Formats: sequence, C-alpha cells, structure tokens
Amino acid sequence: MRYLPLTADDRADMLKTIGAKSVDDFYGDVPASARLKGPVAGLPNFQGELEVERHMTKLSKKNRAASDGPFFVGCGAYKHHIPASVDHIIQRSEFLTTYTPYQPEIAQGTLQTMFEFQTQVAALTGMDVANASMYDGSTACAEAAVMACRVTKRQTVVLSGGLHPHYADTTRTLCEAAGIKVIQLAPAVDGELELSKAVDDTVACVIGQSPNVFGTVTDLTPVGDAAHPKGALLVAVFTEVVSLGLVKTPGEMGADIAVGEGQSIGVPLGFGGPYVGLFTCKSKFMRQMPGRLCGETVDADGKRGFVLTLSTREQHIRRDKATSNICTNSGLCMLAFTAHMTLLGDKGLTHLATLNHEAACDLADALEAVKGVKVLTSRFFNEIAFETAKPADQVLAALEKHDVIGGVRASRLFPGAGMDNVIVAAATECCTQSDIKAYAAALAEVLR
Amino acid sequence: MTMNSTGRPTSIAANGGSGTDVTVSGSKGLLQAEGLIFEIGSTDKTGVDLAKPKGTKNRLGGVTRGAPSGLPGLTEPEAVRHYVRLSQKNYAIDLGLFPLGSCTMKHNPRLNEKVARLPGFADVHPMQPQATVQGALEVIEELADWLMKLTNMPAVAMTPKAGAHGELAGMLAIRAALIARGEGETRKRVLVPVSAHGTNPATAAQCGFIIDEINAAADGRVDLEDLKSKLVDSSDVAGIMLTNPNTCGLFERDIKEIADLIHKAGGYFYCDGANFNAIVGRVRPGDLGVDAMHINLHKTFSTPHGGGGPGSGPTVLSAALAPYAPVPFIVKTDDGLRFVEHHDEAPESFGRMCAFHGQMGMFTRALAYILSHGADGLRQVAEDAVLNANYILARLKPVMSPAFEGYCMHEALFSDGFLKDTGVETIDIAKGLIDEGYHPMTMYFPLVVHGAMLIEPTETESKAELDRFCNALASIARRAVQKDPSLKTAPHLAPARRLDETRAARSPRLKWTPETATLKAAE
Repeated sequence: MRYLPLTADDRADMLKTIGAKSVDDFYGDVPASARLKGPVAGLPNFQGELEVERHMTKLSKKNRAASDGPFFVGCGAYKHHIPASVDHIIQRSEFLTTYTPYQPEIAQGTLQTMFEFQTQVAALTGMDVANASMYDGSTACAEAAVMACRVTKRQTVVLSGGLHPHYADTTRTLCEAAGIKVIQLAPAVDGELELSKAVDDTVACVIGQSPNVFGTVTDLTPVGDAAHPKGALLVAVFTEVVSLGLVKTPGEMGADIAVGEGQSIGVPLGFGGPYVGLFTCKSKFMRQMPGRLCGETVDADGKRGFVLTLSTREQHIRRDKATSNICTNSGLCMLAFTAHMTLLGDKGLTHLATLNHEAACDLADALEAVKGVKVLTSRFFNEIAFETAKPADQVLAALEKHDVIGGVRASRLFPGAGMDNVIVAAATECCTQSDIKAYAAALAEVLR
Repeated sequence: MTMNSTGRPTSIAANGGSGTDVTVSGSKGLLQAEGLIFEIGSTDKTGVDLAKPKGTKNRLGGVTRGAPSGLPGLTEPEAVRHYVRLSQKNYAIDLGLFPLGSCTMKHNPRLNEKVARLPGFADVHPMQPQATVQGALEVIEELADWLMKLTNMPAVAMTPKAGAHGELAGMLAIRAALIARGEGETRKRVLVPVSAHGTNPATAAQCGFIIDEINAAADGRVDLEDLKSKLVDSSDVAGIMLTNPNTCGLFERDIKEIADLIHKAGGYFYCDGANFNAIVGRVRPGDLGVDAMHINLHKTFSTPHGGGGPGSGPTVLSAALAPYAPVPFIVKTDDGLRFVEHHDEAPESFGRMCAFHGQMGMFTRALAYILSHGADGLRQVAEDAVLNANYILARLKPVMSPAFEGYCMHEALFSDGFLKDTGVETIDIAKGLIDEGYHPMTMYFPLVVHGAMLIEPTETESKAELDRFCNALASIARRAVQKDPSLKTAPHLAPARRLDETRAARSPRLKWTPETATLKAAE
C-alpha cells in the first residue's frame, strides 16, 4: 500500500517495544459486539494510482465543463480565468500541507498572506476590517445576520427579494435555530429598495445584495439611511467580488457589515465548493466578528511578525460563549484569492471588471435583438435576467442541444414565485464574441 | 588551515568564523526577508494581460465606485517569488512529522490533487443543468455510499463545509427531530464532557441549546456516575455530544451504555468524528448507538489542511434523524441522479446550510484516497495510526508523564507531571520541538489534563521518522528536567522568535495602512 510506510518487520518490532501481542490489544475497550473481524464488507479493496485515476477521469468526463463551449451560468459562482501561477502557489507543500497557524514562529508564511488578504478585502469592499475568511458567501451572510442581532440586541432580520435564495435559506436556518425572526421580502428584480420600507425599531439588520441575484446593481445608501435612525444595521452582500472593481462599494454605501463570495478571484467553479467567504465590518464591531483574525505584532527580537489574534471571540477559548462555532475556514482558497488579487492589482481588477461589464452589455444587446426577449435588469454588472414567452426550463434544454449553457431558470431559484419564463444569465471575460453570437442565434431559433 | 587542492578554504573557521546574525538584506541564507505586497508592489503594476476594453458601453446606472481600491499589483515573477519566499517560513507535513493531536495531519496524496483538477470536476458550475453534471453527482453518491458503509449508518448529509459545520448539521437535525416530537421547547439541555473540542459547546449554543458539562473520570473517560446523575430528571435532555475515541486518545469503553442511557432519557447521541482515523475499518459508529457523526474529510480522508481550510464535514445520520437532513440531497430517478434543492420537496428537512452542494473539491480528493486504500487499506490505516501512537507512548514513557495508564488509540497524551519544579512548562517543550525541526504537539488540550501534550503521529510516518521524533522529544524532556534555561526562550532557530500575542490583541492592527508603516519606521 503506497501510502503506508510501515513494513511487516517494523510492525513486529514496534509491537515488541510496546509489549503488545497484536494491534487487537489496542482495541480492547471496544465492545466485543462492535469489533469487526476483517475489512468492512461489500466494499472493494485497494487499487493502484492508475486504476483510481482511470475511474475518476471517467466520471469527470460525464460532466460538461464550462470551458467546453458557450457558457453563461452565474447566480453566485462565476467562470473566470485564473492565472497558472495561482495554482502553482497554492500547491506549494508549505502552504498546501500545513495547519492553522497556531504556532506563529513556523507559520509566518500563512500568517503574512492572511494579513495581506485582510488588507485586500477591506480595501476592495471599502470597509474597516476583514476576517481571514468564512466557508463561503452564504454562511458569511448567515453569520452577519446573527452578529447584527448580537450587536443590536434585537431578534429580527429582514432579507431583500434580491438576495440569493440560497443565502436567504442558509441565513434562515441559522437564525431560526438561534431564535431569530426572519422577514423575507418577495423576490423581485429590483428588490433592494423595498428594504427601506421594512425597517422599524425592532429590526436588527436589513440585508440587501448588489449586484443581486437577478444582476441588478443598487446603491444601498438610502436603505442604510432608513435603517440607521431606527437603530438597525445595514448588511451589504455581494456574490460577484469582481464587481467591486467598478461598482459602488459597501463601505461607500454606509454598510455596517459587508459579506460576500470571493470565488471569482482565484478559485475555480468546482461544482460549488470549496469557496471563500468574505466577512468585513466597521471597526467598532470588530470584537463581535466570527472567525479567525490575523494581527500584526513583534517577536522577541523586535522584528515585525503576525499572529492569530482576538481569539477570545472563538470557540476554542470561549466555548459556548463564542461568537460562532467556526474553526476550519477556507485557508487555501484565501491564499488563492490573495495571490490572484496580487497579480491583478487595482489596475488589473478595474480592467477585468470593465471586460466583464462590457461582455454583459454585449450579451444584453444581443439577446434584446432577439424577437420575444425582454431584458428585465435595467442596471447591471455582469449578469442579467430576461424573460421570453416560453417556459425557461424548455428554453434552456433547447439551448443545451445547441451546446449553449444559457443560464439558470428563475424557477429553480424561486419555485412557485411566478417567474417560470425568466432566465438569469451571466457573461464574464471568458465569454467570447462568438459565444455571445451563438447564444443569440440559438435563442432566436428556440423562440421561433 | 585546511585547503583543498585548488586552495579554496573548506572549513568555516578558515573563512574567519561563523559570521554575524545581521545581514544587510535581512535574509538569513536560504531564508529570505520579505515585505508585504503593499510595500513591494505598486498600483501601476499588474501580473495579468487582459484584452483591451472597448470603453463604449456602460449600463451600471451610475452606481459606480468612487475611490479606487489602491491595491498594489505585482508582475508574475515578482508575485511567484513573493509567495514562494513566504512559503519557506512555514512548517508542513511534506517537511516532517506533524504531531498535532486531534488534527490528524497525514500525508496528502498528490493523486488527489490531480483528480480534483480534472476539468470535468474543477470547471463545472453548481447551477448548470443537472443533466450536464451526472458524473459530479455520481462522485457524491459514491463517496456517500462509502461513508455510510464505513460507519454502518443509513444516511449522510454531504453539504457541511467543515467539522464544526457538520456538528451544526447534526445538532440541527436533533433540534428538528425534537420539534417534530413536540418537544422542541422543553428539551434544551445538551450534555458535553469537559474534555470536548470547543466547537461542541459552541455549536450546541448556536442551536439554542444549554450546555451541561459532564466530568471526566480518573481514567480519562466520561464519568458514568456523573452522567447518570445528570439524567435523573431527563425531561429536558436533548442529547449528548461525545467524541469517540475521545480527546484523551482513549476509546470510551462504556459507549454503548452511554448511548442506551441517553436514548432511554429521550435524547440523541451526537458523536464528534474528529478521531475517526483511529477506528476506520475496525469499528462502525452505527454499531455503537450513534445518531449523528461528522466525518472530517480533511483529517481521516487526507484532503489537505491548506493552512486552516478548506475542510469538509459530511455527517452520517441514524434512521431517527435521516428525515431531517439538510437540502440539497441527491435522489435517483429514471432520468439519472438529481438534487432535491427546496424545502417544499422535503418538508421535514431542517433546511439549507450553505449555497450549492458542499465541498465538491474535497469529495473528489477523499474519494480518490478511499478508492486507493480500499476497505482493506483503510483498516490498515487505523491499525498503523494506533500502532504508531502506542509506539511513541512506549518510547517516551520513561522520560515524560503519560496522562493515563494503558494503551492509547491514535494519539498519546502526556501531562506536565515530569516538569514539576523545573520551571519549564508545556509551551517551552513545544517551542523546543520547533528548534529540533518539528511542529509542536497539541498543547494545553484537552483541558482535563494539566499542561496537556497530545501527540498524534498518523499512519503515514515510517518507523525511522518516529524514532527520530522520539529521540528529539526525549532529549528536550531531559533538558527540561535539567532546567536548561534555553528552553524558556525557544525557538532560537525558527524563522521568527516567540511573538508578542498580548500586544497584538491589545491594540489590534488587522490590516496594513500607510500609517502603520510610518509607525513602524518611527519605532
């Protein structure tokens, strides 16, 4: 067995040193009825690397990769190009195969990248402080809701109709368990502005998303202006972090907490995970944040160094009084984000965001030119919702026959909400002009 | 002076001594000094070459960014060098034994990395039509089948994104089951041993439960009498959260009785599966009366820890809890596999835990690992892991203080008894290990053992590596008994000396700013 270094002689020698007859001796505390005599039944035995690789490759080939043809799916995960050096960096043994940096003397590599990450995320979002990542955007959103209740000592949160429904559902799950009431506004393409009307002085926070799940870009400043006098917080959510290269940031909109998905920078689609949740807030709420934080300090020689800090918020110290139960976060995805962001720089990010926006404008123009298509999203970054006269599931299935993966049907996001004919489609820098032409041509055929 | 045939000096002394610690560059030989990207990068640099924008279209509706982010960029050669230099300040499994107890730092096979990067896995979108991702769904199903069979449990929730998230899945399922029984409001008390991971009480509290701690007995197991006394009035008991093998590295020998007691009391048994590596292929938790248990794919099934994540925490469920499993989950239909994604299709489900379908990138890696070992290899994994830990226990017993009598499971636990009156503490032993070229063991955990040192070698260490490690740790233990003062200031040979954590927490600097840079220069 190629991963097990002990030889039969080693095992015998070691048992002798220990003074045991066989490894069975070590399992003496296991109830007799639960001791398996041999390998678990009904499962195959070990295989060579070649056989395993063959099997996994076969399974992978049953999937249609985004790069295989025209591809326009977004809704919280986006197909972007990742520089080859990013994958090289995250596969460095010293990053890939190390642990949480609890021993800072031999983890300055991880800790410094964490500090760089926190700085980058704070600058991108325009917020004061960022933590060292959450599992993904949706769990960051749920934790933001719970944190807002902790800060305001209130027990009601309001979710916009433009919030990604998975984020809304994840938030509801965590809130309900904690005894927090969730008010969910009806799904709407331009749903964020409704939040202002839903605030009263019992509400801990209003949660709005920009760009939202229909692609709509919204200035949440009026929402914050309505919330703050009532003592409620504004939580701003984003699922497409590249948008921050062009659109108004949560900080500029007066958000108290801003959370989002960082996948678009450095992390592949990977069928939904692992991703990297971004979590930021105003300085005054820093000690109420969930998750790990890295801070600057000095070592015994007075040299600058970094450590995990403010850990009295965390479960390994505070146990049932912790701000969250999170332990493992998205370390390696955080590194991928940081490395990709470093390659981009502000210049590259703005450029990338512009290309995304132009691709989406081209897509909107091309689809609007197709008879029977109505684009519903009036202000957008790289994603739009549009409606046709035919059910979206039929349209998408027909597009698939033309090898165009045309987006997500709104009825998959919001079943029973009367959006059966709506499709949400994203365009990134990976979509070529010919991809967009192919989409429009196929759609024209399908709708004819 | 020694000279070779060309007159080049061959000894350090010949070169005028060992030199000085201070270099102009700040580097120490191979260890390069490296600033932050904000100090070495610049806003007019970028490491990507993108197509030229047309600059003709804008449909943002005026919701545009005011100030630029100001983030610096680096070209590719600079960025690669920056991160590779930083990487060299890290310890890693690939460099040596990583004895962190309760963390299972085993070798991460590179085949796993290769298969996870196949375009059919890495480049598929979670929301693309399900007919175009049948292979991905098959991976999830195949892994789920292994996990259920290895644990003898009838169901598994695949979406939890880490161990603590798996705990949340299990406790939310318990909460939902209690609500379905009409006892959601009355059964709020969860029993948690004092030796538990911090995530256990934190998770239970997050679900609205109240924590009731159970004492440990003198032998490191749950104090059965204390448990029984807490079940005398059991009408408010929701369940128990128990790690097995426990955090002392011991198998809870009364586990079936504990399960029976808790079930009789009307509660459920959550098992923390962090230590599954000790028993995989030898014991199935389903045979012990467990109702829910998370499995850390990043521990037992070798997916990389990556400096703190990502993890993955599929959670197996008993028949009693299975109906409440989170969405999405996979069902078989005539047209192949598909997800049930919404509550209305699964009304008993407690709901959704995250966007999309869990940590697919970890599923592919874990499945490759599992298929590589097979049922026979996984059994050998557990046996070798336990053998290695007992070997360390036996070798270090003469110079350190085992916390408990007898054999251990996959990790060996020592107290600081042997350090009494030396002035040396557990942390000094840990930092001394760094100078010997090792990551420290887990220290001061579990809380039930004074000055605890918890050592988990895993099965992927050779006997030679174990001997080397034991020799190093034994020598540190002897130095400690001899009150070697240099241990108090260790490490001396690491990339950094001991860091001032108090200072970091007192006035937190959580990001780089031009002001902090100025402060630094002024100091």
